[in-house]
Amino acid sequence: MIRLAFIDWALLGIYFAFVLGIGWWLKRDIRTSDDFFLSGRRIPAWVAGLAFMSANLGAQEVIGMAASGAKYGMATSHFYWVGAIPAMVFLAVFMMPFYYGSKARSVPEYLRLRFDEKTRGFNAISFAVMTVMSSGISMYAMGLLLNLLLGWDFNLSMWICAGIVLLYILLGGLTSAIYNEVLQFFLIVFGFAPLVLLGLRDIGGWDGLQTGLVRVATDQGFAPGVWSHSWQFMGATTENPMGVEWFGLAMGLGFVLSFGYWCTDFLIVQRAMAAESMQAARRAPLVATVPKMLFPFLVIVPGMIAIAMVHSGHSPISLPSKADGSTNFDLVIPMMLGHYFPNGLLGLGLTALIASFMSGMAGNVTAFNTVWTNDIYSPYIRPNANDAHLLWMGRAATVVGVLLSLAAAYLAASFNNIMDVLQLVFAFINAPLFATFLLGMFWHRANGHGAFTGLVAGTACAALHHGLTLPAHAVAGVKGGWIALHHVYPSEMAQNFWTAIFAFGGCLTVTVLVSLMTAAPDRHGLRGLVYSETPHAADETGSHLGLTATLGLLALCGAIILNWIFW
Amino acid sequence: MNLDIRWPIGLLFAVFGMLIFTYGVLGDPQPSVGLNVDVIWGAVLGAFGAVMLRLARNAVARQ
Repeated sequence: MIRLAFIDWALLGIYFAFVLGIGWWLKRDIRTSDDFFLSGRRIPAWVAGLAFMSANLGAQEVIGMAASGAKYGMATSHFYWVGAIPAMVFLAVFMMPFYYGSKARSVPEYLRLRFDEKTRGFNAISFAVMTVMSSGISMYAMGLLLNLLLGWDFNLSMWICAGIVLLYILLGGLTSAIYNEVLQFFLIVFGFAPLVLLGLRDIGGWDGLQTGLVRVATDQGFAPGVWSHSWQFMGATTENPMGVEWFGLAMGLGFVLSFGYWCTDFLIVQRAMAAESMQAARRAPLVATVPKMLFPFLVIVPGMIAIAMVHSGHSPISLPSKADGSTNFDLVIPMMLGHYFPNGLLGLGLTALIASFMSGMAGNVTAFNTVWTNDIYSPYIRPNANDAHLLWMGRAATVVGVLLSLAAAYLAASFNNIMDVLQLVFAFINAPLFATFLLGMFWHRANGHGAFTGLVAGTACAALHHGLTLPAHAVAGVKGGWIALHHVYPSEMAQNFWTAIFAFGGCLTVTVLVSLMTAAPDRHGLRGLVYSETPHAADETGSHLGLTATLGLLALCGAIILNWIFW
Repeated sequence: MNLDIRWPIGLLFAVFGMLIFTYGVLGDPQPSVGLNVDVIWGAVLGAFGAVMLRLARNAVARQ
């Protein structure tokens, strides 16, 4: 257990005071529901971009990526350089003009404008459930970690953090959440950078790390370079610890999962939608690509250092086991914080960790209150509510959202690998979604009936595939195979990637078929919503298309170079 | 926005930097890999905070 000194408590206390202070200061900016839900569309590009990046940088991400770094090594970078950058560029260059240009307040609202009410309803309800669940999982993980690490009371730490999040969102709405995300971004960068630097210094620099990783690989029966390379051992599922091959990786993660998440998940897209102009909205995901490209060094490398030390035989840190006897990789970051950080720096690291848990919750709650008020309450429950009532409802939904998250946190207790569960949820709900958006934005013939049946079919395909397959050494149930067992994948990750591919394929096929069998949508109504129906040169997007595309291309080049260096 | 986010970021990091630096000098923290990291990193944090505050002030001056 880690012992905190007065200085560490002081830093944490100061951070809490700042968070609430920001909310209190922003309170005067909140006059209409647009201010509360969309920051009045006044956020500058760089702030929107960093918030865009850190809305995804919850503590699960930080802890989970370090855990994956230990489990899989450099190949974990695929979640960044393959599974994020291309999708972020695509969003900025091709999709943002329709999200921002349509003046929709949310992703589900875009679906209503482009398709129909039922497609929006399906998306809005599933999204609302998902955000509450993710936020609950995040809170649960935090309560557990703080209890294990510091001996804090599980319930008390969870309720205090939830209370602070609730207060600052009630005060400052989305702006509060965004500002705190940006603050958390810098805390994570400055809180974890010394961990990497000290770890590398201890293990003998980058070369020392590589030598250590050879042992990690050979100890587990793999070729010596497996932990240091991202692509070299992706030829066959048996060659790497992820148990995936290049096609499943590129298609499943690089295309379906990644585009489904980065281009359609409202939690993320909301940050760009709140930007001050179309140009800023398109710039936001591009701004985010820069830190996103560099983050593997901050979050994956600590895991690699830890595992290399453990296998060296004289490790200063040890990784505890879970109840089933397997190594608990989720404790890589906390264990390293405890070992390398003296009091003082420890307070900073702990604040960064708690900040990322809290901003993860805040992100989910702000997305939830928007979707609930804008896409469920306003259209179905009280269609003629005035703006003041909607603003009140947004605040009420914030309270309910936090309470539901806490309820979900208590439910989340039975899951242990946070990342795998989140991936599974994304696969079921988000994977078919990208097919819907792709067709909606780039094929004018796609209609509401097609989109809705396609989404249902895609989600069903995902469930069916999951129900018929199982990862190796797993028992039928939550891991899959709950209908019958038709195929065994070498790993859970491979199964997730293929679930996503089937969901996408199913949704795409059914949407096209049903759209062709039913009436075509009115083409005049699609202006500003579909690529072919929207004039490009005349509006403000036209003049910046060149620059946005150029910046996007630069980001892609960066990702390619990184993949090549660590090939 | 009536609050430039660089103010709170700059202020928080300046305060954190000063506190951690001072603790590193006076509090005699345990060395990590042979270094007094509180002193080093406290200075880095403080410098970053100062840069942010400077940027925020420049933005005010430009208006």
